[in-house]
This record gives sequence, structure tokens and C-alpha cells, in this order.
Amino acid sequence: MNSIIDIENAVVSYREDIALRGVSLKVDSGEFVGIVGPNGSGKTTLLTIVNGLGRLHQGQVTVLGHHITSGNGHSLRKKVGYVAQVQNIDPRMPMNVREVVMIGRYGLLGVLRRPSRHDWEIADAVLALVGMDHLARRPIGHLSGGEQQRVAIARCLAQEPELLLLDEPTASLDWKAQSGILELVKQIHNSRHLTTLLVTHDLGCLPLACDRVVLMKEGLIWGEGSPYELLTDDNLSQLYDIPVSVVRSRRQEAAPV
Amino acid sequence: MDLSIFGYQFMQNAILSAFLGGVACGTIGVFVVLMHMPFIGVCMSHAAFAGALLGLWLGFNPLIGAFALSLLSAAIIGPLADRGELSPETSLGVIFSLMLGLAFLFMGLMPGTKSGALELLWGSILTNTRNDIIYLGIVAAVVVVLVLIFYKEIQATIFHRDMARSVGIQSTLFLYGILFLTGSTISASLTSIGGLLIFSLILNPAAAAYQLTYSMKRMFLLSAGFGVLSGWIGLLFSYIFNIPSGATIVVTSSVIFLIAAIFSPKRRVKGWQTKPLPEAGH
Repeated sequence: MNSIIDIENAVVSYREDIALRGVSLKVDSGEFVGIVGPNGSGKTTLLTIVNGLGRLHQGQVTVLGHHITSGNGHSLRKKVGYVAQVQNIDPRMPMNVREVVMIGRYGLLGVLRRPSRHDWEIADAVLALVGMDHLARRPIGHLSGGEQQRVAIARCLAQEPELLLLDEPTASLDWKAQSGILELVKQIHNSRHLTTLLVTHDLGCLPLACDRVVLMKEGLIWGEGSPYELLTDDNLSQLYDIPVSVVRSRRQEAAPV
Repeated sequence: MDLSIFGYQFMQNAILSAFLGGVACGTIGVFVVLMHMPFIGVCMSHAAFAGALLGLWLGFNPLIGAFALSLLSAAIIGPLADRGELSPETSLGVIFSLMLGLAFLFMGLMPGTKSGALELLWGSILTNTRNDIIYLGIVAAVVVVLVLIFYKEIQATIFHRDMARSVGIQSTLFLYGILFLTGSTISASLTSIGGLLIFSLILNPAAAAYQLTYSMKRMFLLSAGFGVLSGWIGLLFSYIFNIPSGATIVVTSSVIFLIAAIFSPKRRVKGWQTKPLPEAGH
């Protein structure tokens, strides 16, 4: 297996706050990796150094053969799909769903080139794939949070990425929307042979979706391995600094009826 | 009504200035409204005003002073807006008050009568010279051509800067470009509309267009159209009632906004929202 993400001793700081304290991680082509940890543990920062949006203080990051330095990230980002948390979109924003999906192709097209019929066909195809083709002409601000996340995934797919980064794509969504989005991501990962990094707090979905789980705490990788081995009550108790009994009761509450 | 006034050169210059200023300000206004940065525009218009007064005081072309200081303010505002450092309102408030303070300082230091300064404050489209029109024409053409060429990058940057960056668009570059165009447009329109009023001609036509459409292309066209209409109707009222043209142009643009807001289709409640809710348990 060849690593398409190779992070060596990455240190990232935001002024006096150190977000990553020497993180090393390799991800092989085709892997689906879940990243779990408490708030402020460095999960989002880890994703941003993979797509070149974050600035490294120390260390080296190589993604899809690109050795990332400050300023060269935009050519890499054309090959990396990134879905952030549900965004607040102006309900009166004068753009429809189809136009937002097309933004995914703008980086690939480059300046001075307008989208061709072929580009619009790709946008329509990915909208159909995420089950949003019936809302293609709807203003983007009129969609629910779950629908907007499906559009964000469609926008990433329009990019025809080799690598998919998802930063809590189901945060603040209801249970039905959460499971729908995660099933969709897993299905797309398999059918398009992508490499996927998923940051989530939804521990229940990880054993089903992920090949490997990375646990993060205080800017360090605290553990990594198979989700079945790693996501034990004892580990989660230590990771989140809460008693084992609380972990057990939370898991029972979260289990589908 | 005696229409022979339109045969005079100064009136033809004014009509052309209103057209060019309306197109440039209306187009720039779309950025200001959709990127939620009205205070940035206010700040830059006061910077341009202070720069023009500096030119008047030191005896060089006020347009050059306006251009230099509005671009300087863009260079300070750009990183603040891009990185989200400090609270943007607080830092913009500091720059705004500094620019206003500088404007009054330069006005106070100016020897003799302050008629030139007051003209910059209120604007006087009827005294626009050939050079003013050429400068306004160049700026309007550059704004329109750049929007046409880089429409897709501008659209993505306006929609969401971080998202645009994540698909490989250099959105920081486009943000600075937008601020640069805003500064240039404000400087070029300063003598026609005036330092205190120019921002209304940027904001009002775009805000009116924003009420009426869910298409960004249509919003650009409507906003430029409303800008031109504000200029022409304002000019007509200024002539009829013999009152300052800058004020009538801005009041007209505000009335256009009010009409658009009242008849906005975006305010209508959809039929399905008034249907009765399903009964609980079904």
C-alpha cells in the first residue's frame, strides 16, 4: 500500500495556543479513517494541514505527492474535497443549488475558462447521486441543514477529488439526517475508490464506516487502530476525562432503538 | 418644462457622469451587500474624502489623494477582513474615526475659503470636467470588465471565502481585488456625489436589487441599472428644484430601495407555510 498522506512531526500553533504538538500520521490509498477526540484536541487543524489551509510551524506534510509549503496549497486543493460543518448561509443569497455545486469545478477549470456543458452535466450527475437533483434550482439559503450538507458533498464530488476530508459533516443535524449523510459518504467512498478522513463525534457510526480510527487529545495522537479494538469504554473514559459509567450510559442512550 | 438645459455641455457631462458612476457604484455595491461589509465601504469613502482634502490642502490633484488614501485603507482593512483578527467592527471603527479626524484636520489646515472642501463633502456633478469623466469612465470600464472576466471566482469568493479557498481558488487575492475596485470607484465618484453621500449610492441600488432576485447575474444588472436611474432621476430633481445634486441622487436611490423592499418577492410567505400542521402522532 502506498501512503497518500504522510504527516511527520507536525506542529501548528495559533499564537500562544498549540493546536498540534508533533503529530505523525500515514494514510494509505483507499482507507477510510475516523478522527475522534474532545473539542480543541486538534482534529480540524489536522484536516487543514492535509489540504494546505493550515500553516505548519514545524514538520513536513506530503499529500498526493505534493510536499506542502506555505503558498503552494491551492494546486493541491483542486484534488481534495473538503466538507466543513453546517454553515450559516444567508437565506437570501442569490445563488441556486446547481450553481453552488458548480463551484466545486471552478478550481479545476482555472481562471478565464467558463463551465462547459460537460461541467454542468457533471454537476447534475453528482446532485442526482446525493439525491438533491429535484432541488437543483432552489435558492441555496432555502435548504435545511441536512440538505445543505448533501449539497456540500455534491460540490466536493463535482471536484472529482482523490481525497475527501469531512469535518463533522453531521454536527447539529437530526438523527435521520446524520445517518443519511454517513451512509451516503460511505457509499461514495466505496464506489469512487476515495481516501476519506472523517472527523466526527458520532462514535456509533465509526465501526460501520471506518477502517481505522485515530484518537486525538490535547494536540497529540492518543491512539490509533481498528475501531472495534480502540473504541472501548475504558479508552473513551480516558480520552474524554469522564467516568466509565457515564460513557456506558451515553452509549446506551445513543444506541438505535 | 424647458429641456434646452440638456443641450449644454455641463449637463451632458453630468448625465454621462451619472451613468458611469451609477454603473460603477451599482456593481461594487453587490460585493458590499453580499459580503456583508457595509462598514468597510463607509470607512473607505471617508478615507477617500480625507485623501482628496489632503490634495486640496497641499495643492495636488484631489483625485490622486482620494485614490491613495482609499487604497491605503483597503490595505489595512484587507488583512483584518481576511484573517478575522480582532473584532472587525472595532478595528474598522478605529480606522473610520481616524479618517474622519484626518479629513477635518486637513480642512482646518487649509488656508482661505473652504468652498473646494465643501464641494467634496456634498459633491457637484454639474461641475464635472472632461478629466473627471475620463477617470470615471476608465474605472467603470475596469470594474465591469473584471467582473465579466473573473465572474466565477468572484461568485465563489462572495458566496464563501473559505469554501472558495478549499476548492483551489485564490480567494484572498480576489478579496483584495474587490477592495481595490471599491476604493477606485469611491475615489472616481467622489467629486460627483460627495464624500458624505457616495456610500449611499454604493449600498442602496445593490440593496434594492438584493430584494428582488435570487440570481447573482441579475442582481449585478439590476444594481447597475438602479445606480444609473438614481443618478438620472436625482439630476432631474436637482435641476427642477435647484437643490444639491448629490443629495437628490442619494435620496432617489433610497426611495428605489424602499419600493424594492416593499414589493420584494423574498418577503412573501409561501403557500405551504400557511397550511395546517399535521396532527400529533400521525
